[in-house]
Amino acid sequence: MGTFVQLLVNGLGKGAVYALLALGFVIIFKATEVVNFAHGSLVLVGGYVVYALKDTLGWLPAALLGIVGAALVALLVERVFLANARRADPNSLALLTIGLDVIITEEIVRRVGAAIPFIGDPYDAQPIQLAGITIFRTQAIALVVGAVLITAFFLAFRFSSWGVAMRAQAENKEAAALMGIRSSRVTATAWLVAGALAGVAVLFMATQDFSGAGLGRGTHAIALIAFPAAILGGLDSTAGAVVGGIVVGLTEALSAQYISFEFSKSAVFLVMLIVLVIRPSGLFGTKELSRV
Amino acid sequence: MSDTITEVAPRAEPRPVAPKKRNWLKIVATVLLVVFLIALPILTGSQVAYLKVAQYVLIGTVGGIGLTLLVGQAGQLSLAHPFFLLVGAVSYAVLAGGRAGDDSASPDLVGLGLPPLLAVIGAVVICGLVGLAFAPVAGRLRGIYLGVASLSLVFLGLWLGQSLELFTGGTSSGRPPPTFELFGFAFANSTPAPTIAGVPIQKQQRLWYLFLVFALGAYFLARGAINSRIGRSWRAVRDNEAAATAMGVNVARVKAGAFTISSAFAGLAGVMTALWLDLVKPDENEFTGNYSLTVSIAFLAIVIIGGLGSVPGAVIGAVVVYGLQQFFLLGANQFGWFADAQFGGLSAVILSAFVYGAAVVLVVLFEPGGAAAIGRRLTSRFTPRKEQ
Repeated sequence: MGTFVQLLVNGLGKGAVYALLALGFVIIFKATEVVNFAHGSLVLVGGYVVYALKDTLGWLPAALLGIVGAALVALLVERVFLANARRADPNSLALLTIGLDVIITEEIVRRVGAAIPFIGDPYDAQPIQLAGITIFRTQAIALVVGAVLITAFFLAFRFSSWGVAMRAQAENKEAAALMGIRSSRVTATAWLVAGALAGVAVLFMATQDFSGAGLGRGTHAIALIAFPAAILGGLDSTAGAVVGGIVVGLTEALSAQYISFEFSKSAVFLVMLIVLVIRPSGLFGTKELSRV
Repeated sequence: MSDTITEVAPRAEPRPVAPKKRNWLKIVATVLLVVFLIALPILTGSQVAYLKVAQYVLIGTVGGIGLTLLVGQAGQLSLAHPFFLLVGAVSYAVLAGGRAGDDSASPDLVGLGLPPLLAVIGAVVICGLVGLAFAPVAGRLRGIYLGVASLSLVFLGLWLGQSLELFTGGTSSGRPPPTFELFGFAFANSTPAPTIAGVPIQKQQRLWYLFLVFALGAYFLARGAINSRIGRSWRAVRDNEAAATAMGVNVARVKAGAFTISSAFAGLAGVMTALWLDLVKPDENEFTGNYSLTVSIAFLAIVIIGGLGSVPGAVIGAVVVYGLQQFFLLGANQFGWFADAQFGGLSAVILSAFVYGAAVVLVVLFEPGGAAAIGRRLTSRFTPRKEQ
């Protein structure tokens, strides 16, 4: 029982991080219908800024700058590349982000070199003992931070004028534009927010607690696990992203314990496959209608 | 994308067709290219490393052709290519591997002791069948959902490769692939070796010709498929599933067929990878290795750079993505490129990734048709206009 509770908390903590990443995918997809394959590289950018600055500035300012850095690079990607290829269809833009992802990732991998650092200094590898169970501090903090940020996002999405504009554009781009919503601004902020969420997520991902993989290709691969999270929930559903993230986090934690560590990542994808076979647009995704 | 489904419609009245003008330029260029490829082992001589680079390009060509059929012609995004490479490589090793009791057989590995040619065919067929097994999933999903779903196969392959050590040899040592043989002629070093123009035709030269045959076969099979009824049905499904159904195309079967054929190509590329590396070894993690996510992306880059759906384009994509990587590695090994600190951790793999990443970005922004579109524009400049 103790093990199970422990797994539950750790799995939820991981799930919160995946939810942050998946939310980023979904926000971008809703605003632009582009699937952002470069999300993993945004994660790396945020992590790299933290790694480069934490020794001189201290961890907290470095972390904040890392979040800002990831957000700015996301904005840059949108403004420089995607905004200039408006006439290309969303699928080829997704391919474009693959190219960007390769370049940014390789550059960060080159800069980090053999160091492959961990960047969760204040909480990493300091487990909490609580009533006989061990909880990773990283996952516990991730859970709290994730819950706060996700709540804040949903409130903003529901009530702020930015949220209304976002939803309007997702509903009908032309109509939203006719109502005076600036499409380019909505799109740019969507990328900015998604980048910032990626910057937050990496603070927990590149730790010993989370995966044992330092900042590098390993972190990039973990970011790919957020893909099943977003797909599982439905690519155009924000609530689905959160549910998907939690499902993925729990699946990974439970299967690593009860089946095998090697199997845990495959388990995530198998769960996604099963969901997709039953519901091809994910749990909460809008069904695609085809008209003849 | 210029060839749409409208070509399916029969013309009302067949016009008398003017005798087709032969494009001599194209014929001469093709002949020169084939002669060059056949003479390559003689040109490289004792510098076998250059020949290895060229062999690697052919692996990328065969795999890339398979993926361009699936992604470009049939419109199904797949990131599962490395998985089928792994299945092909392992199948070959298992089918042709020494049987228990043979002298050469390792007691820890399963081998069926089939003749290598049969094993290659078997590996290709197995890959096709595995691709077919994925069809129920592939048929239900579209676009990016399919892409991510296919990603699960890469993770599955990673896990299976690690756990089925009886077949794969495990991540630490792997297993050696059996030497390819054709009617008693072994693709290995021998003494005395036959020579052409003073160059001994040893293992690597023989493998080059084998790969060349594989690649040419893949090329013409793919061209044939595209220009026939199969290709038309792929494009019909890609452009509009409902319209394709209305025209009598069985969408589910066509999608499954595309996945099967593409997987079979990937399986052949897997066999070639095993022979090229002289090793079948599953990856240790999902992001580095011969059957990893990096390879998924590299194959997609081959297809995008070449132009989605174009077979000659896939060849060019393979030269850019696979060729450059091996070329830089060769430079690193032979001339000590990237060894100095001034390169700041720049390695052959990273530099080639920069190049093909940038190529993908530039292609999408400026020439969505890829190398194929550029090629069409160049050749149309040199060919006489058709009389209307």
